[in-house]
Amino acid sequence: MSEPIIHMDQIEKHFGNIIALAGVSFDVFPGECHCLLGDNGAGKSTFIKTMSGVHKPTSGQIFLEGKPMSFDSPRDAMEAGVATVYQDLAMIPLMSVTRNFFMGREPTKGWGIFKRFDTTRANEITMTEMAGMGIRLRSPDQAVGTLSGGERQTVAISRAVHFGAKVLILDEPTSALGVRQTSNVLATIDKVRKNGIGIVFITHNVRHAMAVGDRFTVLNRGKTHGTAKRGEIKAEELQDLMAGGQELAQLEGSLGGTI
Amino acid sequence: MSEVTTPVGDERLKAESFGAKLMKRPELGAIAGVILVVLFFLATADSSMFTLSGVMNFMTPAAQLGILAIGAAMLMIGGEFDLSIGSMVAFAGLFFAACVVNWGLPLVLAIPLTFVFAAMVGGVNGTIVIRSGLPSFIVTLAFLFILRGLSLVGLKLATGGSTQLRGVREAVEGDWLAPFFSGEAFGGLFAWLADAGLIETFKNGTPKVPGIPVEIIWFVIVALLATYVLLRTPVGNWIFASGGDRVAASNSGVPVNKVKVSLFMLTACCAAMVAIITVMDAGSTDARRGFQKEFEAIIAAVIGGCLLTGGYGSAIGAFFGSIIFGMVVIGLTYTNFDQDWFQVFLGGMLLIAVLFNNAIRKRVTGER
Repeated sequence: MSEPIIHMDQIEKHFGNIIALAGVSFDVFPGECHCLLGDNGAGKSTFIKTMSGVHKPTSGQIFLEGKPMSFDSPRDAMEAGVATVYQDLAMIPLMSVTRNFFMGREPTKGWGIFKRFDTTRANEITMTEMAGMGIRLRSPDQAVGTLSGGERQTVAISRAVHFGAKVLILDEPTSALGVRQTSNVLATIDKVRKNGIGIVFITHNVRHAMAVGDRFTVLNRGKTHGTAKRGEIKAEELQDLMAGGQELAQLEGSLGGTI
Repeated sequence: MSEVTTPVGDERLKAESFGAKLMKRPELGAIAGVILVVLFFLATADSSMFTLSGVMNFMTPAAQLGILAIGAAMLMIGGEFDLSIGSMVAFAGLFFAACVVNWGLPLVLAIPLTFVFAAMVGGVNGTIVIRSGLPSFIVTLAFLFILRGLSLVGLKLATGGSTQLRGVREAVEGDWLAPFFSGEAFGGLFAWLADAGLIETFKNGTPKVPGIPVEIIWFVIVALLATYVLLRTPVGNWIFASGGDRVAASNSGVPVNKVKVSLFMLTACCAAMVAIITVMDAGSTDARRGFQKEFEAIIAAVIGGCLLTGGYGSAIGAFFGSIIFGMVVIGLTYTNFDQDWFQVFLGGMLLIAVLFNNAIRKRVTGER
């Protein structure tokens, strides 16, 4: 395989006397969907915030396309091609899809004081990008508030892709979605991956991870429990790794194997 | 995208009627309001209300309010309030009058100085709101009193004890900039129309309406500029975004704080513009100038479709909202109603507008 787009080497992050990450290594190759699994409090959020430039690691290094990098801000990371789609999606329901799509990065035409928002081009791009993701908008003026949760997620993903993401970090994109919307989002992930973008898919739902993941890394109490390739690991094993083994096995017994 | 799938139609979507599309425009309520108010006065008012001079009569106060209301609307879209604009009119009026009367500056200096001064006060207002994280409501309420008080104190200082500063008209007489900010425009055109018998004239042949009052021209210019900025520039998008959700906006790279402070400066400049026009018109300034205009401006903006929560609204809406306002204030004098019904009318309209806006917002966001 080629070299990874992003490689996080032995990342540690301490908040005061709390060790949130105790030496986590993780990498993503182009066109790959690497799932990061972990239960609540496992350190997933801290880890992606480190990757996306919100936190600086206490120790450890980040390599972007082989070169050591240090992000000072999320903006820095974004410009380097590391885009994050957070759960709140950074979308404004009252504004149209186009206005949300280009929020903060509006295409302009003209110059000087006549420089203006090129709405025609913006609308065209939005419609094409959305169609490419399989979403048919009534019109680009449609307010984001009228879209379903899955569609909003797709708008956020295609926005990141359009603005040149090389690595796309998705923070629990399926956690609040219904079955059908989840499969739409998973299909979107698959499309994006085929364009050679590396995807970091954060979730605690093993089934969603198994559906699209190429590799799986489980985080537990700030440490990785190893990385497995697709086909090398079964869903039950992942589940066990996430929960830390035995306790879940006991729980599962009492619940009749339904988790 | 390398592969573009042809979008398939969604069978659950009904084709949208023209009416439903219209319902989604923020200014719809204000336009419907204008039509209703016109119908009301056509039925009840003396027919002279809708002659040329009648129209100028109600458009003049509408324009003076409207310039403020458009500023207030843009600030509301950006998610903030300014309750100090009424007091700002008095304060900027004092500064302007002091420039021309006390310091004898020509308008070419006095007008830009007044704008810079107002922008600075607006900037202070905005910076306090942004830095402290306090609601703009409370910060600008404080400035409502501070600026009103400073205007009184300043007037006494400038005049040696009086609360009225006179002599502006004499001071600006003959200044080449004066016609742009006072009196009527297109006088020649109106005289020609009168000669041609196209508009009403007095017995001696001079037209009853000597021209379009300049504030109406400024009102239209400000409305067009504001609409252009809101709908056709990146800054407009930033204003909507800042008001809609400041966190989401700033995560997407919108300079939210800069946008908000600039909007405070803009509203203050709108107040300064009204101050300059009305002070030159009256030839003097006093401490009650702009009294309670902040509420009227916000009401006009709300009638124009602005949401109190920000992120939604339009300058054209505020434009029509102000016209409704002017029509009601002046229109009642053409009817047999007691003029004091005005406030009842106003409150009622505000309530209807807020309810209507809420319903519209739910439609737009698809909230159920």
